[in-house]
Amino acid sequence: MNYNILIGGAAGQGINTLSSLLEKILHRKGYYLFSNMDYMSRVRGGHNFVQIRFGDEPITSHHSALDLVIALDQETLDLHQSRLKDTGVIFIDRSLNESKTSDNKQLKTYDFKSVAKELENNRVEGSVTVGAVLKHFGLDLDYVKESCDSIFKKVSIAQLNYTAIEKGMDLAESLLTLNPMPNNQDKILINGNQALALGALAGGLDYYVAYPMSPSTGIMTYLSSKQSEAGIVVEQAEDEIAAINMAIGGAYAGARSMTGTSGGGFSLMVESLGLSGIMEIPLVVVDVQRPGPATGLPTRTEQSDLSFVLTASHGEISRMILSVKSAEDAFYATVRALNIADKYQIPVIILSDQFLADTSQTIDAFNFDNITINRHISKKEDITEGTYKRYEMTENGISPRIIPGKIEGQVILSDSDEHDEYGNITESADVRIKQMNKRMQRLEMLKSVVEEPEHFGSEQPNLLLMGWGSMYGPLQEAVKMLQDDGYKVASLVFGDLYPLPTKLLEKYHDKANTLVNVEQNFTGQLGKLIRQETGIHCQKSILKYDGRQLSGEEIYNRVIKEVL
Amino acid sequence: MTDVKKFDRDVEIAWCPGCGDFSILNALKTALSELDLEPHQVTVVSGIGQAAKMPQYIRTNGFNGLHGRALPPALAIKTVNKDMNVIVNSGDGDSYGEGGNHLLHNIRRNVNIAHFVHDNQIYGLTKGQASPTTDENHKTAIQPEGVIVQKFNPIAFAIANGAGFVARSFSGDIKHLTETMKAAIQYNGYAIVDILQPCVSFNKINTFKWYKDRVYALDHTYDPSNKSEALIKADEWGDDIPIGIIYKRQEQPSFTDLIPQLNDAPLIDRKRHPIDAEKFMNDFK
Ligand SMILES: Cc1ncc(C[n+]2csc(CCOP(=O)(O)OP(=O)(O)O)c2C)c(N)n1
Ligand code: SF4
Repeated sequence: MNYNILIGGAAGQGINTLSSLLEKILHRKGYYLFSNMDYMSRVRGGHNFVQIRFGDEPITSHHSALDLVIALDQETLDLHQSRLKDTGVIFIDRSLNESKTSDNKQLKTYDFKSVAKELENNRVEGSVTVGAVLKHFGLDLDYVKESCDSIFKKVSIAQLNYTAIEKGMDLAESLLTLNPMPNNQDKILINGNQALALGALAGGLDYYVAYPMSPSTGIMTYLSSKQSEAGIVVEQAEDEIAAINMAIGGAYAGARSMTGTSGGGFSLMVESLGLSGIMEIPLVVVDVQRPGPATGLPTRTEQSDLSFVLTASHGEISRMILSVKSAEDAFYATVRALNIADKYQIPVIILSDQFLADTSQTIDAFNFDNITINRHISKKEDITEGTYKRYEMTENGISPRIIPGKIEGQVILSDSDEHDEYGNITESADVRIKQMNKRMQRLEMLKSVVEEPEHFGSEQPNLLLMGWGSMYGPLQEAVKMLQDDGYKVASLVFGDLYPLPTKLLEKYHDKANTLVNVEQNFTGQLGKLIRQETGIHCQKSILKYDGRQLSGEEIYNRVIKEVL
Repeated sequence: MTDVKKFDRDVEIAWCPGCGDFSILNALKTALSELDLEPHQVTVVSGIGQAAKMPQYIRTNGFNGLHGRALPPALAIKTVNKDMNVIVNSGDGDSYGEGGNHLLHNIRRNVNIAHFVHDNQIYGLTKGQASPTTDENHKTAIQPEGVIVQKFNPIAFAIANGAGFVARSFSGDIKHLTETMKAAIQYNGYAIVDILQPCVSFNKINTFKWYKDRVYALDHTYDPSNKSEALIKADEWGDDIPIGIIYKRQEQPSFTDLIPQLNDAPLIDRKRHPIDAEKFMNDFK
């Protein structure tokens, strides 16, 4: 069982409050949720919507067929009516439906606005609607009080909204009955940005510096809201160049540092990415992708920065690139990125995207017990010959790192210029070769650290679908649908992208006769990377670059039409 | 006073013989030793340029970053380790040209760092192009008809935008320079010192003699706390160029003083445990 609700209207009409309240209640009642946002780059007006899919089993993708549309404006009605299932209904306020379409059986006209007016607060209209939705699905008032308390911080406002929900329930009729769900204390409902930020906190982040850019801003907003409680410092820099240089400076001085942005901001950071490379300073940079180039589609989704981040920086540096596959993965991957950056003293780039950033999903609560924070900082005893050498030649290419000021008499010199073991500038060809070898040697070591892509589906697939990052959930759903139709199909979804893990790729490539890369970009960047690193070709590509995420169902349809 | 020799680094110095940068290096070493600082207690940060080679030539912690980008890492170093003495040493091109935006915002931040700008009124490392402080009509390979744009006035800019400590000094007056540096380092807040420094190779106009003939030191009759007087002084340039602390505001809480999380120990001394973040998960239950 799962249902798909769409709430649409203009920016400023309260879609967010309505949806967060409804989501919280459904979540507390134990249902699995998957909710994603589609919004325009404007503060008021325009057309925006949230889709909430919920059911009694985990859900990994959005879906187009709708069971319920809550239309806060005419545009929502016009745009989404056609997606309604035969059994579906539309809720609208009476004020919107005075003359029109009164014979449409799917249309349910309610007095949301006037009930809110009776309660002397127009802003509770959303909560009245929530009440009607609950009633529609045959749900009771359990957990509604708690949910109001957690969404509305002020007691009187929470109480008012609770009353609004109660009143809203009286408006509608119960057309459905849902399976009751067990208590879900061990589940959370979280979006990609929040999960990533929480992962950073669990991973021992000290210092986060960024410049606002959608859709990455949510990370900074979340971290700022927790900064005093967590004892970290979050700073809004004057621009992205400052942000990354501050993160690098903070890391040099001993803080676990991170910055986050979207593609445009990342473009500005590129010279400095190389700086962290040659300085051997650990750094985590998050790129929450949106469609480019330039300002592109600011609030939409795309996976088109992979090729760019692979070689971003002039010259050559060791780097690691990983993408996050889901909210759950974003949490653990961020912890891992912070540890890897410190261990190998390299920049680690995390690729996320707008879809993931703004998608909330019910997942198992994170397990904090198995997380470790490994700083790999050397102590006085580790300085062997009396004088510390920041760029000491070592067997594995990683020099001991100490913190400036912490060991009496020892100083640390880091440069953007080529340098010798002490950090002194040099133009010696010999030293250049040695330091380059030392820095680049880490790429080899990273190959043993990278995690293989996640395999899903048949062990003996004829058809292998490959994707990365946020294609994870939709691909899982597509594979399930194709398997249900009897196809021998599997997917490999990459989290770690560079260095590229190749074991599973080689294993399944031998079995499958058709390889398809499924990506949110124009040029098939994963396909290119795979070809470059392994010589393996994808025969087909399923690509999308309209700024909207592929759903499981959409991948399924396109595989049937374009591949099989 | 710590031993000034502790700040010597055993490397070959790549500045031209006679360059004003040498005196600035010596003054900095003397200032640090007179302030009783040890090399590990100081971090010298720079961008790129001749002046920016400073961290290479002084034995302290050093961060020799990117062109124009000295301030962001410097303020970050101070933010995460407020016990560190952070000093930026960089050129006029680096500080006022490529790094202009950071200068503006660092004044706003008032981070407790000292910023020493080696102002030779020219780009040295890239061989003599105009810098933001090059005088009008000055001819260079890139400005063959002479500079046609107004010169940037760092002193007036800093005072007008709210910097708490604004000074000018001259590399030819080591004693004055040393004392000014000491005052800047001791000031709790952002302190900028514009240091007139001859470039013997590329600036044939603003030579050692040119500066020597013009600079005069402000004496005790000058009151640096008077902002409108300071702005008038800031505009003095020509036959007479004042050096000294042009403006000094009473100390106010600096950036790190204003962040409650930094009240106790430096950020880098906080012990972190993953489990401490577990409580934040409750919001999502
Ligand atoms: C991004 C970038 N642009 C340009 C340069 C080239 N560059 C190096 S130093 C410099 C100017 C330095 O002038 P200034 O800061 O006045 O220092 P000086 O050499 O005079 O001491 C320039 C343009 C660079 N290194 N990086
Ligand atoms: S070029 Fe000018 S600034 Fe550079 S070292 Fe030579 S004299 Fe000094």
